[in-house]
Amino acid sequence: MAAATSVRFLEGELRTYRRQWRASVITTFVNPILFLAAMGLGVGSLVDRGTGAGVLEGFAYVTYLAPGLLAATTMQIGTGDASWPVMAGIKWVRSYEAAMATPVDVRSIVTGHLGYIALRLLFTAVVYALVMVVLASVTVGGALAAVAPGVLTGMAFAAPVIAYTSRLDGPEGLSSLFRFGIVPLYLFSGTFFPASQLPGWLEPVAYATPLWHGVELTRAAALGTGTTIPAVVNIAYLVVWVGVGTVLARRGLARRMVT
Amino acid sequence: MTNPLVQATGLSKRFGSLTAVDGIDFEVHRGEVFGFLGPNGAGKSSTMRMIGAVSPPTAGRLLVFGLDPAADGARIRSRLGVVPQEDNLDLQLPAEENLLIYGRYFDLAVPVIRERIDRLLAFAELTDRRKDKVDILSGGMKRRLTIARSLINEPDLLLLDEPTTGLDPQARHLLWDRLYRLKQQGVTLIITTHYMDEAEQLCDRLVVMDKAKIVAEGSPKELIERYSTREVVELRFPIGERDAALGRLDGIATRTEVLPDRVLLYTDDAEPTLSEVHGLGLRPESVVERRSTLEDVFLRLTGRSLID
Ligand SMILES: Nc1ncnc2c1ncn2[C@@H]1O[C@H](COP(=O)(O)OP(=O)(O)O)[C@@H](O)[C@H]1O
Ligand SMILES: [Mg+2]
Repeated sequence: MAAATSVRFLEGELRTYRRQWRASVITTFVNPILFLAAMGLGVGSLVDRGTGAGVLEGFAYVTYLAPGLLAATTMQIGTGDASWPVMAGIKWVRSYEAAMATPVDVRSIVTGHLGYIALRLLFTAVVYALVMVVLASVTVGGALAAVAPGVLTGMAFAAPVIAYTSRLDGPEGLSSLFRFGIVPLYLFSGTFFPASQLPGWLEPVAYATPLWHGVELTRAAALGTGTTIPAVVNIAYLVVWVGVGTVLARRGLARRMVT
Repeated sequence: MTNPLVQATGLSKRFGSLTAVDGIDFEVHRGEVFGFLGPNGAGKSSTMRMIGAVSPPTAGRLLVFGLDPAADGARIRSRLGVVPQEDNLDLQLPAEENLLIYGRYFDLAVPVIRERIDRLLAFAELTDRRKDKVDILSGGMKRRLTIARSLINEPDLLLLDEPTTGLDPQARHLLWDRLYRLKQQGVTLIITTHYMDEAEQLCDRLVVMDKAKIVAEGSPKELIERYSTREVVELRFPIGERDAALGRLDGIATRTEVLPDRVLLYTDDAEPTLSEVHGLGLRPESVVERRSTLEDVFLRLTGRSLID
């Protein structure tokens, strides 16, 4: 029963998305490609002429950057889809209240919405993988191998962000999340340069963030390089974020919706 | 006699220290239109949400379709239609898409839903608006769309929380007509309202709720017979003359109620009562003779008006 209603809820999310996808095209696809072109090709030409080559394990900067940017993009989409739409479901559209008058329950909403986000991430990652091949000279095999860790990274953010959003009264908390959480992570978690380049005290902070683990995994998958710590630890770390996030999301949403 | 669709004993709902529903008992039977009549804050919506298996009771026993909402919520909800007090349609989606998505939550096949959408939009007089975004529909249309949506699973029991609150008279009458048709089709309805005319028009049986408790139960006719007289004379006096008049009206009627703006004389026959008023030489500014309504019942039971 619960599994079936989760799928039905997921389907509803897809039907809603189908009517509104245009609004998200820019942030989903155009922005990361512009970033890759500007930073990778533009800034990259300077990096490659300087001392970059040594730190970047022999890759051109654009090639080094591309998988990291994939992880950062899935983080952004995972966070974005787990925040504003969830707030809308709870408060603005009250679509969760509507759904919960049917056999759909809190568990199905959380599972269904996470499933929807996973599909969105998968689709984005595949498109992005093709862009990596064209713009960043990543091999086709490498680019496709980076899809799964990319999706996992996005999910490691989506689940806890649903949990966080379910405990908020208004959108202010979401703005803070992006301003003080997502943007710094985007810049300092090994996406644009190895975290080892950070000041010593900041390094461990970077290692604690799920994005750093995601970047390690996508980069290793795309470029065939090694990871700083065993990849299985990176995977396990992200899976824990998904798992704990899901449990907290169910609890938070239940407290919010079942009164 | 078949088992009641809904059976509540000592049903209570508390939010922290606030008691929204305080140990109420009622039964709803198949095929009837059952009402909760009461003012704002009486606990009507809280009761409806418990019946709807979305809000766990704090105490008491509740069975819906003979099932316990705490254990069988999804099964109960699969057989319910719910029209919440506030519409929760997706305003950005077309009318028909709202119904399609909702129907899928019940795991109905898409072709089945499509066929029902045709029928339900016709029933709600929204056929020509099916592709319109809900956003641009009027309040009455949104309400009818919510009712159409609630019928998508062909429910055994329909819960309507203040179905016509906030609608203009024309929209209300159209809605009443639709609800009456559902009743004719044998759908069991539970309606909450703070409009006595709505309760009188639609309900076979109702309970009067006030301050979290049920204060009376019966058919509209029974309640009026039990708690009021057949007729009422309403008198309005010029400012300053009311108090003097009150003393002289003593004993004329079975019961007298003094409201801020009028005096109500409860009597079985308005005509002679009014003659007596005139016989006393009283000259009210305006006089209304009317039949007793549920409003009078509520006034009698609680000392207050339904709508403040
Ligand atoms: N989720 C809630 N949390 C706290 N108080 C609530 C909640 N829902 C209703 N109440 C309170 O319970 C009382 C009854 O409300 P309600 O059932 O909505 O009455 P009605 O529908 O008759 O107007 C009111 O005092 C209301 O403020
Ligand atoms: Mg209410």
